Amino acid sequence: MSTTTTPPASATETAPGRGMRFTSWAANYVDERTSASTAVKALGRKIFPDHWSFMLGEVALYSFIVILLSGTFLTFFFDPSMTEVEYEGSYVPLQGIPMSVAYHSALDISFEIRGGLLMRQVHHWAALLFVAAIGLHMLRVFFTGAFRKPREFNWVIGFLLFVMAMALGFTGYSLPDDLLSGNGLRIIDGMIKAVPVAGAWISYLLFGDEFPGTDIIPRLYVLHIMLLPAITIALIGIHMVLLIVNKHTQFAAPGRTNDNVVGAPVLPAFAAKAGGFFFIVFGVIVLIASFFTINPIWNYGPYDPSPVSAGTQPDWYIGFADGALRLIPPNLDWVDPFGFTWPFGVLIPLVGLLVFLAAVALYPFFEAWVTGDKREHHIAERPRNAPVRTAIGAAGVTFYAALWAAASSDLIATHFRLSIEGVIHALQFATVVGPFIAFSITKRVCLALQRKDREIALHGFESGRVVRLPGGEYIEVHEQLDDFERWRLVSFDEYQPLMIRPNDDGKITVSQRVRAGLSRWFFEDRIAPVTQNELEAQKH
Amino acid sequence: MAEAHDGTSGETAGKAVAPQQDHSAPPPAVAVVRADRIPNPGFPPERLRVTDLDPKKEKQAERTISALFFLSIIGSVLAVVAYIVFPIDELDPTTIRLNNMFLGIGITLGLLGVGIGAVHWSKALMHGHEQVEQRHPTRGSDEARERSVEIFREANAESGFTRRTLVRNSLIGAVVATPIPAIALFRDLAPAEDPVALLKHTMWDTGVRLTRDPSGTPIKAADVTIGSAFHVIPEGLAELESHRLEEKAKAAVLLMRLPVDELNEREDRAGWSYDGIVAYSKICTHVGCPVALYEQQTHHLLCPCHQSQFDVANHCAVIFGPAARPLPQLPITVDEEGYLVAQSDFTEPVGPSFWERAL
Repeated sequence: MSTTTTPPASATETAPGRGMRFTSWAANYVDERTSASTAVKALGRKIFPDHWSFMLGEVALYSFIVILLSGTFLTFFFDPSMTEVEYEGSYVPLQGIPMSVAYHSALDISFEIRGGLLMRQVHHWAALLFVAAIGLHMLRVFFTGAFRKPREFNWVIGFLLFVMAMALGFTGYSLPDDLLSGNGLRIIDGMIKAVPVAGAWISYLLFGDEFPGTDIIPRLYVLHIMLLPAITIALIGIHMVLLIVNKHTQFAAPGRTNDNVVGAPVLPAFAAKAGGFFFIVFGVIVLIASFFTINPIWNYGPYDPSPVSAGTQPDWYIGFADGALRLIPPNLDWVDPFGFTWPFGVLIPLVGLLVFLAAVALYPFFEAWVTGDKREHHIAERPRNAPVRTAIGAAGVTFYAALWAAASSDLIATHFRLSIEGVIHALQFATVVGPFIAFSITKRVCLALQRKDREIALHGFESGRVVRLPGGEYIEVHEQLDDFERWRLVSFDEYQPLMIRPNDDGKITVSQRVRAGLSRWFFEDRIAPVTQNELEAQKH
Repeated sequence: MAEAHDGTSGETAGKAVAPQQDHSAPPPAVAVVRADRIPNPGFPPERLRVTDLDPKKEKQAERTISALFFLSIIGSVLAVVAYIVFPIDELDPTTIRLNNMFLGIGITLGLLGVGIGAVHWSKALMHGHEQVEQRHPTRGSDEARERSVEIFREANAESGFTRRTLVRNSLIGAVVATPIPAIALFRDLAPAEDPVALLKHTMWDTGVRLTRDPSGTPIKAADVTIGSAFHVIPEGLAELESHRLEEKAKAAVLLMRLPVDELNEREDRAGWSYDGIVAYSKICTHVGCPVALYEQQTHHLLCPCHQSQFDVANHCAVIFGPAARPLPQLPITVDEEGYLVAQSDFTEPVGPSFWERAL
């Protein structure tokens, strides 16, 4: 591998043809008016490192574009009015039933317009994929420490995009005004009403009347097709600009350092691969939408506050919030001495979720404070090499997963013939104790993997060749790694716990004590990378 | 920056490097930088692709890629054909499925052909060697930073932003005040009434008949056999011209008849039931879902949204799940014609808890 390789630049030295002349004329025309060549010079050969996990963010971006395209199609046919009409469409079971215009037009998109159902399903599947890809992308960034300096801001922007994705998803899910989504709004209404002091008022203003009112669907529509997408597009723009400014992280590999980027240039290889991948993501979403039904609103009927079907569930990304509502123990209303009601049964999950989300958003700043590490980091870490961070992540995932499973508590109970009480109690346990168990197991596994890496880096790997020594002893021959293979195992950051030292006034502050304690928690158990001296000592 | 990769000389291992004051390389704090780190071995020898080595394979990849692009064109054409050939017949719902499927297959082919073709082109034919670009510290150059400070200083001097404190502070005050009208404008998102008063009343009133949901036909006490349950709305709700769903969201009731000896009634609610027939709000006290599932044998009501369980035999006390309060009971009796009627409105607000609920 040569650094700053130059591709063979010989092919096009023949006399310029007609097409070429037009291209150069057009390029000149545009550049004289926009200085576009500056951008091409800056970005055209920018290097992007490659790893399969880097495409998760791409999936999110591309599914968002699919959502914009399919959503635009849907807006041409959807009417978000809540005016009551009688259904006269072609779906026989609902004929003659009063419903909102919104639900009627969602049914018409599904049953009367060619490709309408396909576009609805593309839109919904893409939305599910969008949130899922963001979630996985965030996990990738978290577990590889790619949020560290200088990328803390981009982590926060990515987090906001995750929140936006959920908000877009929920508002969109509510628009057809079917029974299932109406019950979802009913639950939101109940949660809002629980807010101290202003709950009843916020609900009243949001719904424009008592629940359900006749304003909520048009209002959510404005949020869903204008305000939230505009914010999302702006955030994606900033996310991309910061990605370019910070350059992408890369995994440790021979030749790659904290000071270089190794990979493919934007033009042509990366652009072709990424552009092609957009079409693949789009194609796969359309394929799923052509064969698998999603959200069959015609089965649910129009919204009515009285009926409900068993086994109701929100879209998957709202599951953790719904699960949190289910896990709280009964009878937690408290009426304070002034006569005001504190519905702790709703407030505890609500505040708990906000705290959880805030913890996710602020984690990079917390870790930076604990480690005190002010260097820039461009090498994505292997999760095992940051055992406590990885364990914190595992604890967070467990917490989320337990809440998420709780959103299906009734289905788990019916499918596996368990009692609902047993399922709820098990999940309550998993939510509270599970993260601690996950933390300690994950940390131990990381340390064990690091020990294994160290062992392999020092002593090589088992070759499977068993040899009998002259003395009669059998050994399995270990084969040494070459330098390139070893580099991946030995190149990681090493830290030691912070020592408490008095500050300039000779005092030890509380914050320093806390920091030292956390630092000890982070780095007390650690495996040092193999050093050159150890390696040489081993060879002799 | 470079310290990470210059581990050369053999000093003692494991010694934390003293913080350096050079701003381009911040101190590693609690990071350990060992002097005897294993050095980066540099780039490994390149591995050529089969298309780099064998012109035949290269030609083959070229053919595959253009075939994929042609397949894509065929797919897009097929999609248009499917749009015409598989119309939706209003009388035959299966046509929707065919339209959906064939249109989808066409579009999928069109997209995947382009996508897989382009990726294959990139991976198999485009210049495949990894290239290297240097990173620079994200912070601006010293020159740029100094110039920025200078610019702000000049701007400050020219405007007097920190000197003219009265001007500055009044400006901040004015800017903070400007959005206040915008907040006030949102008051009319909802009508003028006080929502709290609305939440505390429903359509139920003395003598209002209990009727079936959704037909609105009245219910005779004799129709309610032991073990049965009725979904109930107040008389007149089905005919409401406006606010039908809003009223229904508060007034929906479940009517059940239990054997009298199994019904455990509170003393202050004696006379709220009629011969073992009891009526309870159907709106869950947790977050407002309809409590729609009645278990006849145990007399338990189950909310399908969050699995709160209420014991009907015991004034609907919460026996499991997240609900905070028993379901409110509707006092009922029969009128002279034998129809079930309400004695009054609910005596407490129905549905989820809110701040002013107990006032």
